[in-house]
Amino acid sequence: MSSPILRLVAQRILLGLVLLLAVSVLIFAGTQILPGDVAQAILGQSATPEALANLREQLGLNDPAWLRYVHWLWGILHGDFGTAQSSGLDIASSISTRLKNTLFLAACAAIVAVPLAIILGLIAVRYRNGFVDKLISGLALASTSFPEFFIGYVLIYFFAVKWQIFPSISTVDDSTPFLERLQAVVLPATALTLVVLAHMMRMTRAAILNVMQSAYIETAELKGLKAFDIIRKHAFPNAIAPVVNVVMLNLAYLIVGVVVVEVIFVYPGMGQYLVDHVAKRDVPVVQAVGLIFAAVYITLNIVADIAAIVANPRLRHPK
Amino acid sequence: MALRQIPVTAWIGLILTGAFAFCAIFAPWVAPHGNGEIVGDVWEPMSAAHWLGTDNLGRDLISRMIYGARITMEIAVAATALSFSLGSILGFSAAVFGGWFDTLMSRFVDLLMSIPTLIFGLVVLSVLPTNALTLILVMGILDSTRVYRLSRAVAVDINVMDFVEAAKLRGEGKAWIIFREILPNALSPLVAELGVRFIFAVLFLSALSFLGLGVQPPDSDWGGMVKENKDGIVFGVPAALIPAAAIAVLAISVNLVADWVLNRTTSLKGGRG
Amino acid sequence: MSNELDYLSRRVAAGKLSRRDFLGRAAALGVAATVANSMLSSAVRAAGPVKGGTLKAGLQGGESTNSLDPATFLSQVPFAFGKCWGETLVELAPGGGIEYLIAEEIGSSKDAKTWTMKIRKGVQFHNGKEVSADDVAATLKRHSDEKSKSGALGVLKSIDTIKVDGGNVVVTLKDPNADMPYLMADYHIIIQPNGGTDKPDAGIGTGPYKITGNQPGVKHTAARFDHYWQPDKYGHADQVEIVVVNDPTARMAALQGGQVNMINRVEPKIVDLVKRLPGVTIRAASGRGFYPFNMFCDTAPFDNNDLRMALKLAMDREEMLQKILRGYGSVGNDMPVNAAYPLFAEDFEQRKFDPEKAAAAYKKSGHSGSILMRTSDVAFPGAVDAAQLYQQSAAKAGIKIEIKREPGDGYWTEVWNKQPFSLSYWGGRPTQDQMYSTAYLSTADWNDTRWKRPDFDKMVLSARGELDEAKRKKIYRDMGEIMRDEGGLIVPFFNQFVDATGKGVEGWVDNPAQELSNGHALIECWLQA
Repeated sequence: MSSPILRLVAQRILLGLVLLLAVSVLIFAGTQILPGDVAQAILGQSATPEALANLREQLGLNDPAWLRYVHWLWGILHGDFGTAQSSGLDIASSISTRLKNTLFLAACAAIVAVPLAIILGLIAVRYRNGFVDKLISGLALASTSFPEFFIGYVLIYFFAVKWQIFPSISTVDDSTPFLERLQAVVLPATALTLVVLAHMMRMTRAAILNVMQSAYIETAELKGLKAFDIIRKHAFPNAIAPVVNVVMLNLAYLIVGVVVVEVIFVYPGMGQYLVDHVAKRDVPVVQAVGLIFAAVYITLNIVADIAAIVANPRLRHPK
Repeated sequence: MALRQIPVTAWIGLILTGAFAFCAIFAPWVAPHGNGEIVGDVWEPMSAAHWLGTDNLGRDLISRMIYGARITMEIAVAATALSFSLGSILGFSAAVFGGWFDTLMSRFVDLLMSIPTLIFGLVVLSVLPTNALTLILVMGILDSTRVYRLSRAVAVDINVMDFVEAAKLRGEGKAWIIFREILPNALSPLVAELGVRFIFAVLFLSALSFLGLGVQPPDSDWGGMVKENKDGIVFGVPAALIPAAAIAVLAISVNLVADWVLNRTTSLKGGRG
Repeated sequence: MSNELDYLSRRVAAGKLSRRDFLGRAAALGVAATVANSMLSSAVRAAGPVKGGTLKAGLQGGESTNSLDPATFLSQVPFAFGKCWGETLVELAPGGGIEYLIAEEIGSSKDAKTWTMKIRKGVQFHNGKEVSADDVAATLKRHSDEKSKSGALGVLKSIDTIKVDGGNVVVTLKDPNADMPYLMADYHIIIQPNGGTDKPDAGIGTGPYKITGNQPGVKHTAARFDHYWQPDKYGHADQVEIVVVNDPTARMAALQGGQVNMINRVEPKIVDLVKRLPGVTIRAASGRGFYPFNMFCDTAPFDNNDLRMALKLAMDREEMLQKILRGYGSVGNDMPVNAAYPLFAEDFEQRKFDPEKAAAAYKKSGHSGSILMRTSDVAFPGAVDAAQLYQQSAAKAGIKIEIKREPGDGYWTEVWNKQPFSLSYWGGRPTQDQMYSTAYLSTADWNDTRWKRPDFDKMVLSARGELDEAKRKKIYRDMGEIMRDEGGLIVPFFNQFVDATGKGVEGWVDNPAQELSNGHALIECWLQA
């Protein structure tokens, strides 16, 4: 059975790489049509035309676009993302610290959110349409429907200002010890968990309910299995494909979409880095970050596709 | 079916959703004050004259909430409708047709999804004029990629089921397979998704307003109103809490209705509750 | 009773009595807490600064794109951090005069064209080298070079030659300028070894703190420099730290939670709420910054002075001041200068909100239909709110304003100084001449109201070369009058810098030049136990 699966997996990965290349073109083209230009953005309101012209020339903004694309791609293939136009810092080293921070925060949130969402989903199915189900759904929905910054401020108000249990500023750097780091991300991770919880939980519940009326579930029930065992052993494995999809979407969100939470908790992650550089029209950085985000999405997509193939025997053995 | 068969929770959902829709449609007649009209001091507490107090500029909060309902619902409903019709039809087609169509569509969607929404929004909305139609199109199309992935994933599973195989052997056309075989059986996850997606549309709208790309002042959506009044939160001023709570109530009531529909669709299929 | 309090406050200052005990005793003596507090802080100041500790600031205005090269400084965090590690030739003193730093004295020739700056001896860079006249000349050359990308280029354009003469630097100007020493206070012109030409972003200066950590957009740290030349005046804390907190609500929470000792840019609308918090002190200083509504005087429909006048009369300045700044500012008078400037005439008639006159002027202008006005969150804090307030007050005069909110991103490139009617801010300049030359000369790059009047240009130039103060003041008065009645800017108000400090922060001096006591808060304040 291994060879068709291997072939499918290899196919997906290859497609992923092609996709990444296509994305790189799209990102490069997209950053070219952003309004405004980097020289003006760096110097801001107080830029004089002379200073602008000097800076533009210094940054090589006068070369044709395709040439810059080739140079850029060539550099990246050699691990060189170039230097940020605005600060003159090496992009690869700036990004590596920030990417680490982002992944750490995403991991902390995911470790809590994913199992919690699935367990809550399973419980909701077990007691479906009862009080527990309604309560879980209601609370999860409420937490998701508040804007992120609102959740962030409410957490800050209670935990940082009123009771002063956790810091409201989550600034960390390379020298921060692990435990302190963990303490720093408690509030932002909680906020993120609340944001992504409901979506995954509701999809788990709906997907399992969908397979619950299949004949084999009825058989299992007639066999006298306990309700929870049926859900766990028979229903859940068959509902994995949509669940994995939604989990993947939310994991990707945790990595690429946390700008607002980063701003509120002053957490030095990728989102803040990207927004600063979009505002400054610092094209090399926007391209680099965009490409990394794209790679994250594509990788998670491949994982979700493969998981769906592995979970479904009929796809495993296509007729 | 008889009205009394509708469960209490669904009634709550229907009534609340209806009330919001009523406010949205009849805003100019329901609201006691104009949308941008300044009637008092900044952040006045709740009083008989201003039931919910005043906002960060001294405007009547309840009037703004009512006008906000109109803008929020209008854009979110339209964007969600667009994303679902587009996303699900394309997703089902991809699953049924398979082959190069599936590969092409899926990779194209991956392509769209893999570019951060922020950059996408920035580029598209800074080139196009900012009005309700652009917002709906941008939000609807961006969101339809998410719907596409889900509907394709669900449809692929159903497409290999025996009854679909049977239909194919019967010689039914692709359209029959999509709309008569797959759609009814994929409804539950889609309806569940619909409720959540609608709320995401409301939140996405507020995020766009946050970036200055959303609704133009003095109009404001609810998410934008939370932002306008956010500075009061750490001092216990409730002006930001009210629009936030309104979004939450709308979310819950829409999803109560979705749950009820979900139950009805599941019971249609197998007779189990 | 007051003798006893005096005695007690000195004991607190000497560290022999706790603050809490003091306030308790004061209350027992029937003294209001605010009075007792102010007695205490003057006693604390008299007792002199306390050395030690780490002073932390949570500031808005830092991005991960910031560089340590002073030529690129633009936002608040590099500005404030620059004041920690570097020094300019002179500074703007709190009273409005000049404080001499690396320049010991500055003298001019009779025609105000040749200026001689005597460089102070014994001032050390952080790398151990002593500051020489060559370093100063190289710094000035780097910033005034036509190819430079320095933010100070505009200010230094008028320099003709820079020469070193022993321990002096001699600068000649293209045109006479009586205000030349003020130009040297520009925060970009931090004196660097060899002018910073070898490595502009090395971060080596002569300031009271040496850089120990530099993470742009996140955190900047520095430790006291042991060989600083005036250790009694600046550099009291052992370490200083700037954390970048761009979100106003998060900044306030950090101050309340005690994670930072001071913050900048307290939103005016929460100031009244902040005042009630224990331990938090609001530091408000009136300044020269203002928030104009700019109209292009050469673009229809704003090329019609009746319409401009109608729009000016339709502005309810008092309401704006109360609603947007909560009173932390002063009403504007449709000219870019105010009483904080030297040589300002106090006898201007204040323009008032007058819907009837506005309606009459509007009718006279013959304009009809709505007028498009562009705003953005970044134009100034509360700019979107201000636009909506103005829309309401203009409606009372029968003028229809349509608001377009632009993305913050790209506002300064695509809207400001490009679109005919938009909101903006000016931080103010040390002198009237600089303010008018920057934005209201026909030839000015930033002529953001397209104000092109040869007669006005002549007045600016003649005032600049005029050494008789009375005559100069008269010219400035006439210029203000013209601006107010014919200019393209509506000025609702001049803003104050509103900062806040937490428990135990002493030594703060209000300075109208810039926020955070002209950026000196971290080097001049100390932590009282």
